[in-house]
Amino acid sequence: MSTVFIAFQINEDTRPIIEAILADNPHAVLDEQPAMVKINAEDTLVIKRESIEELIGRKFDLQELQVNLITISGHLDEDDDTFTLSWKN
Amino acid sequence: MDMKATKKKLGLKEKYAHMTRGLDWETTYQPKEKVFPQATFEGIKVHDWDKWEDPFRLTMDSYWKYQAEKERKLYAVLDAFAQNNGHLGITDARYLSAIKLFLTGISPLEYVAHRGFAAAGRNFPGVGPRVACLMQSIDEVRHAQTQIHALSNYNKFYEGFHAGASHQIERLWYLSVPKSFFDDAFSAGPFEWMIAIGFSFEYVLTNLLFVPFMSGAAYNGDMATVTFGFSAQSDEARHMTLGLECIKFMLEQDPDNLPIVQKWIDKWAWRGIRVLSLVSTMLDYMLPKRVMSWKEAWEIYFEQNGGALFNDLAKYGIKVPECIAQCTIDKEHQSHQLWLTLCTHSHAMGLHTWLPNAEEMDWLSAKYPNTFDKYYRPRFDQLRELADKGERFYANTLPMLCQVCQIPMLFTEPDDPTKICYRESEFQGEKYHTCSDGCKHIFDDEPEKYIQAWLPVHQVYMGNCWPEGTDPTAEGFNPLAKYLEWCHIDLARDGGDYEGSSDQANFAAWRGAATQNT
Repeated sequence: MSTVFIAFQINEDTRPIIEAILADNPHAVLDEQPAMVKINAEDTLVIKRESIEELIGRKFDLQELQVNLITISGHLDEDDDTFTLSWKN
Repeated sequence: MDMKATKKKLGLKEKYAHMTRGLDWETTYQPKEKVFPQATFEGIKVHDWDKWEDPFRLTMDSYWKYQAEKERKLYAVLDAFAQNNGHLGITDARYLSAIKLFLTGISPLEYVAHRGFAAAGRNFPGVGPRVACLMQSIDEVRHAQTQIHALSNYNKFYEGFHAGASHQIERLWYLSVPKSFFDDAFSAGPFEWMIAIGFSFEYVLTNLLFVPFMSGAAYNGDMATVTFGFSAQSDEARHMTLGLECIKFMLEQDPDNLPIVQKWIDKWAWRGIRVLSLVSTMLDYMLPKRVMSWKEAWEIYFEQNGGALFNDLAKYGIKVPECIAQCTIDKEHQSHQLWLTLCTHSHAMGLHTWLPNAEEMDWLSAKYPNTFDKYYRPRFDQLRELADKGERFYANTLPMLCQVCQIPMLFTEPDDPTKICYRESEFQGEKYHTCSDGCKHIFDDEPEKYIQAWLPVHQVYMGNCWPEGTDPTAEGFNPLAKYLEWCHIDLARDGGDYEGSSDQANFAAWRGAATQNT
């Protein structure tokens, strides 16, 4: 088993994104550092557009993640609905 | 009249496919090999460029939209920084040495990366990598510019920021380390460039530079650096993905590519690790308020994350680079050995160094229980004793440099941390010296390339590093003073120990003035 991760700046844009990720990925672990958070997860981490939209009450384009993204690890697969990091290939 | 229902918008995958598949054309005036002359000489075989897939699937319109948003955010913060005495908000002006090293050593590399990706984009026959390289090339010039803009605010108040991003990278002995890394990559072919920068630097190593260091900048109150750092880093996820895609693509295209790719991974992992030893001193010594030790950062971002990556690449036959055994030993020593060297040579540098205080040494002991008290505390104690007597020690000869990584010979033998490691190779009747088995191996594989290295110390001794019109036979000629003049360093202001520097005095006076009315 390998760990994938994603890190974001801490700000008002990313608060609901982080909340949605943690709700959709119960196996994920939050690592809080100065000015940023890193979310670690064994094997796979899925970010869902719908879950974020639910929390922010507006349409969300997953490419908006890039504005506050710091780093990722793992293979990425992105489409209109999900942004998935994994070591399963 | 009824309005016609608009057609559903294209999905992300379709938009990307249109941009990277439909817009290319076959050449007719010239054969394809003449249009892409660099595509084959490295030996990498590609059968189907359409197999290249960029998982971010960013189209040009989205690219401009999100990059513009990042810029607006960045410049709003830079305005706020300048308008609110941001230069006084840092924990301690010692912190600025790390930032000076960043501006002089890293920002110029961003600019070279811009040129290198523009060239790679031009030289790849496939559209997918061409588009990705174009975006990365624009990102990189943005990074160089925003870093210089952000740090120019410090240049209004502190020493050592005046010539860094352009002039000193060509001249200063410790800056030739990062410079030679990019020169080496840029003078290779486009595929090796992608492994060197896209994979080794961006995927395997950039986290070590940007993530803990930028978090450290936040911890130390440096709003300007955190902001440009995170803004740059938001592009890095895309760059890392490009590096990883590129390596997978090469390995999937033809089994003959494996040994070539493996050789490049081995080479560039070691080259990158050597360059990052500068970052190890930032984390362990230069940040007044520390986030994590170099060793901890190494374990998270290299051992765990790199481990996961190499596990994954094993299915293609890729092996973990051999240098990892050496790195596991080095992580306990690297920052201490390099900082000791910088401390005893800062009379030839454009930034300040200092001896760690008692509390900082206790932190280092706790973080490095196996090595700090045994090997390094006694040496700092001795330097402190001399400094207290008014005899701060500076080494008065120039160190010998490694022919490959250009770091002075300061690292030790893998099995004996009290013995300096050096290796010797012979080529065309001349002797060449390297700092390690890793660098010797790289030299021996391409000696024709590395004998051309521009080594600052050799050049100083050959008399090539003085201002025009210097007469070295004149009475009282001081070669060090002339070298520094040539580097645009005023030693009284820019270099030497932080204790007693004008940065120290100014920071104390201005911070005092900012909180009192007298």
